[in-house]
Amino acid sequence: MINHQSAKQTEAVIKTENVNVYYGNFLAVAGIYLDIAKNQVTAFIGPSGCGKSTLLRCYNRLNDLIPSFKLQGAITYHNQNLYAPEIDPVQVRRRIGMVFQRPNPFPKSIYENIAFGARINGYQGDMDELVEKSLRQAALWDEVKDKLRQSGLALSGGQQQRLCIARTVAIQPDVVLMDEPCSALDPISTLKVEELIHQLKENYTIIIVTHNMQQASRVADYTAFFNVRTTEKGDRQGYLVEYDRTEKIFQNPKEEATQQYVSGRFG
Amino acid sequence: MTDATFNPETLKRNPTSPRTLFSLFMSGVAGLFMTMAIIPLFIILFYLLYKGISALNFQVLVQLPPPPMVEGGGFGNAILGTVIMVAIGTLISLPVGVMAAIYLSEFSRGQLASWTRFATNVLSGVPSIIVGVFAYGVLVLTFKTYSAWAGGFALAILMLPTIVRTTDEALQLVPQDVRQASTGLGANDYQTVLQIVLPAAIPAIITGVTLALARAAGETAPLIFTALFTQFWPNWDKLLAEPTASLAVLVYNFAIVPFKNQQELAWAASFILVLLVLLTSIISRLATSTRKY
Repeated sequence: MINHQSAKQTEAVIKTENVNVYYGNFLAVAGIYLDIAKNQVTAFIGPSGCGKSTLLRCYNRLNDLIPSFKLQGAITYHNQNLYAPEIDPVQVRRRIGMVFQRPNPFPKSIYENIAFGARINGYQGDMDELVEKSLRQAALWDEVKDKLRQSGLALSGGQQQRLCIARTVAIQPDVVLMDEPCSALDPISTLKVEELIHQLKENYTIIIVTHNMQQASRVADYTAFFNVRTTEKGDRQGYLVEYDRTEKIFQNPKEEATQQYVSGRFG
Repeated sequence: MTDATFNPETLKRNPTSPRTLFSLFMSGVAGLFMTMAIIPLFIILFYLLYKGISALNFQVLVQLPPPPMVEGGGFGNAILGTVIMVAIGTLISLPVGVMAAIYLSEFSRGQLASWTRFATNVLSGVPSIIVGVFAYGVLVLTFKTYSAWAGGFALAILMLPTIVRTTDEALQLVPQDVRQASTGLGANDYQTVLQIVLPAAIPAIITGVTLALARAAGETAPLIFTALFTQFWPNWDKLLAEPTASLAVLVYNFAIVPFKNQQELAWAASFILVLLVLLTSIISRLATSTRKY
């Protein structure tokens, strides 16, 4: 079963072509074709172990940190294969930023949390201005403007996650990857982060992994549903079931499995 | 819906049940052994204070050790010698140990890392007198003189395993999340380790270095083979390449002579040695009071 549905009408920033992800000899994610639309929000949904986070981490080469990781196929970003041998993963990550599942601010001041990324990326402009702008973009400025020198770890969970988003937008990436950014947050913080995603869409392309289907339907323009199957050898393997506009996935999906998952009768 | 057979009385505490009594007894045993474990520390501190305080005055801190049968004198040269040699030891072992630990924790994988860790543990188990003989063979025989450098080198080898192990452990306590966040922002390995991981681990590293330093300051055996002892001040003109006094060796020498003045100086020197180590620990604790993780 192969799905090759491109994001129509808008330009594709990232193209995923027949991607297989291996850990050692174990094929963890199989045969993914998926194009990410520019300045749109794309959500990855599916049960645990379906490979959605694994695939997300392929886009900024974060899986390179795992020694047994191997990728077949091609992921192209502006028509450049990200896994070509001459590509520097550090440069990839400067263009494709990431927000993690658990808020993980650096054990530094709020100011330094944001300045760090900009500084290592050779930012020459006014640092104070960049910090303020990034915090404003992350809707955090009003809450922290009087305590920029305090530790980022002293903030609440929701504030920490918005700090992590501010830190990511401060390096002015092109694409922002979000790996279940709200799973550790309370509903009010979740709402703030979702509003933020809506605003960030203006300037960034966003891919968000979520377990929360309401969240996917609220924030995403496109939704990809992944599932997991058991091979003859007994390995669990993730694959893409269906990828389309979010309304289509939630109201009128082509596949039976998608219909069952989004209506909560499965997974 | 209530359970007709449930008796609320069974929820009440029964002070004479075997379980309660056994629990009380075991808590008592644990408390007793805890007391036994810390009693030696307090006895030593009290005894040193009691014996040392009588000989303690300002002049012992600045004067040279007296010849036999002569009253007065002090051990200023031994204090200075100990500080110099511990400083040399730290200057050698700190960069080497921290860099080795960074390699172990951040960049090595599998066999090499586990063998290096094993080797570090073996090194920490090597008796200090053997380390002294080793430093004697390497530096004293080569340069044909006892020196503060040879003493500092021996202390560095003693400090190394403690620094490597505590730094290694401190670095591994820094959450993987934070490394990924840094990598995700486009930091390379060098930027991640130097600007994110290492600063987060600094308090724990300082604790480890203090432990190593405290142990080194009290070592006698390796210094007997390397720095020996002298009645005189450390000689800066000869670049410290002469026998050098230290508190530990002074205590060792003076405690076994039959002269009362020397014996009292040995007590005072022991007290000063413990005080110096204590002071170093407290200062380093204050300087880095907050653990980040």
